[in-house]
Amino acid sequence: MTKTAPGIRRRSLLAASAALPLAAPHVRAQPAAVKIGIIQPVTGALAQDGEHGRLGAEIAINEINRTGGIKALGGAQIQMVFGDARSTPEGGVAEVERMQGEGVAAIVGRFASPICLATTQAASRYDIPYIVDVGVSDQIVTRGLKNTFRFAPGFGTVTRTALDNLVAINEAAGKPAQTAVIVHEDGLFGSGMARLLNTQLPERGFRVLETIAHPTPSRDMSNVALRIRALQPDLIIPSSYYGEFVLLARTMQQQRIRPKVGIYAVLNGAASNFRFVREFPDAANHIMDCNHWADPRKPKTAEVRAAAEATGRFWLYNIPLNYSCVRLLADAIERAGSTDRVKIIEALAASTFADHIMPYGPTKFENGQNMGARPVNTQVQGGDIKLIFPREFADAQPVFPAA
Amino acid sequence: MYSPEILLTAVLNGLMTGSVYALIALGLTLVYGVLHIINFAHGATLTAAMFAVYVLHGAAGLDPYVAMIVTVPGLFALGYAVQRLVIGPASHGDDGNILLVTLGLAIIIENALLAWFRSDTRSIDVPYGFSVIEVGTLFLSLPRVIAVFGVLLVALLLWLFLARSTTGQAIRAVAKEKTGAALVGIDVGHIYAVTFGLGAACLAVAASLLMPTFLVNPRIGNAFVLVAFTIVVLGGMGSIPGALLGGLFIGVVESLSGLFMGESLGQIGIFLIFILVLLIRPTGLFGAKA
Repeated sequence: MTKTAPGIRRRSLLAASAALPLAAPHVRAQPAAVKIGIIQPVTGALAQDGEHGRLGAEIAINEINRTGGIKALGGAQIQMVFGDARSTPEGGVAEVERMQGEGVAAIVGRFASPICLATTQAASRYDIPYIVDVGVSDQIVTRGLKNTFRFAPGFGTVTRTALDNLVAINEAAGKPAQTAVIVHEDGLFGSGMARLLNTQLPERGFRVLETIAHPTPSRDMSNVALRIRALQPDLIIPSSYYGEFVLLARTMQQQRIRPKVGIYAVLNGAASNFRFVREFPDAANHIMDCNHWADPRKPKTAEVRAAAEATGRFWLYNIPLNYSCVRLLADAIERAGSTDRVKIIEALAASTFADHIMPYGPTKFENGQNMGARPVNTQVQGGDIKLIFPREFADAQPVFPAA
Repeated sequence: MYSPEILLTAVLNGLMTGSVYALIALGLTLVYGVLHIINFAHGATLTAAMFAVYVLHGAAGLDPYVAMIVTVPGLFALGYAVQRLVIGPASHGDDGNILLVTLGLAIIIENALLAWFRSDTRSIDVPYGFSVIEVGTLFLSLPRVIAVFGVLLVALLLWLFLARSTTGQAIRAVAKEKTGAALVGIDVGHIYAVTFGLGAACLAVAASLLMPTFLVNPRIGNAFVLVAFTIVVLGGMGSIPGALLGGLFIGVVESLSGLFMGESLGQIGIFLIFILVLLIRPTGLFGAKA
């Protein structure tokens, strides 16, 4: 072990990683790198989210490696094994199989629920610890998979919080909003959201005037805008991916359609996206979203944002979430003191990691779900995206009614 | 039930969207009529043309409509060269090979765009992007009205070119009888390349007409090409009036069925028509008997 040559390091990875904690004090050679799988869709329909997810993971890995690697493993560096899920469940599963072949210690990633469902299951066959970054479907953590952990809030939590926050914001403004039109993409994400909103909104005193589904991609949103004009709702609640929402917002501005109170999005692709805000400041202004967003009060957030923007990209929530997930995983490996997958899973399950940049407390996993995870409300204000609710994290006041 | 005003707006929206479909179908049908192949790179070429408009606007400050001065000859030359230097030689005389080569080109173009521009969805902001023409209580988007007239003009020019010019005559001759055309001294390779260039030039125009109100990302062309293919079948493979009327018709069908059945189910309207045409009139509305 003391004369580990670079050539044989790869072959003896498993043996080395098991023996390292014992051998480390006696060797001066660099400890074997810890391989972490990062799976994101960087081609296909979800490529924009995937690229930003990868960027967040890269920033975290660079930071960990720069500040001494995994200390419990003798300062082992983290090596990223990247997999492109090509925006399909099959693509994701193929990458999990490849990562098993490469011997990764754990996997982080997978934007979009259908892909998460497939990849976590594939990973569970090999006991690969798997941290889900964004997939919101609650099935991800209700199938009893021991290897699967979700750092961000799931669908149920996001929608419940979104509705509670809407009620709170509406009441604080003197209840200007009473009716709503739901616009959603017709996939697993948007349709599930629409079903839930349709049962929950009436219980909270809102009347749903109509639920409008649209496909992704859509070539034209004029008809959706037309129906909104005919219905004259107080609120529009859209759950769409980026392109379609931008088209809708632009068409509405052109047709001079403004909802009486505002646009309140839930997990929207565009309402918390700086590209949209920069390209169409007027169409985007005052749109609210309930979504993942980094905690603006944590100093680390500004640092990660600067690192992300230095690469020429816009600040999207995928970046802080993946940054935090990789840091969470590194913390678990640190406490496991090993790259043994079962030990990492145990360490994640017992995790109380607080050094992330999301507006949550320390992690606390129950059946794989981080119980403290909460979405927050953002609003586009004067060309910037501000956090407006809950008050304890907010860096701006809500503009409501926004019309 | 919707008010007549909303129905009328939906029909006009359909015509405006349909006109751009028609232009994209025009390029597709032209290439089919002469080369007898479906150009699978059509969608990727449209995407490339849209990115060209985006870049010319961003880097040189060119208005999307002015950008046509650059993109139309550029895409024509590109289409000509690709047919002459890549598709033609690679086909080895078998039309079936051309299909595969265009499929390969589509993959290359899409991934090259992905590598250059990354996957972000981009759009451009022009001063008239949100301008409307007010007709009574209706607001018609100015750039989309311009698109309708642009498409009609291109279709007319194309028709005149094919009917009146010598090259147009040669194109029609090659479309009808390749061997015969070669025997009377027409350079079939050149005509193939000109046709391919014209198909690409149509896309350059479509890109300029789309960009003021639409967006671009490396996959966007595919959203249009499936519809364009339906239109080509509906109008008759290789028929220019067929593509034009088929495009407008499909646009209205899509818009109305979207209004009544919802945007998701509305797509069914298009493909129902596709199946009906194949069952009842396989040559399409304006198609010649095989």
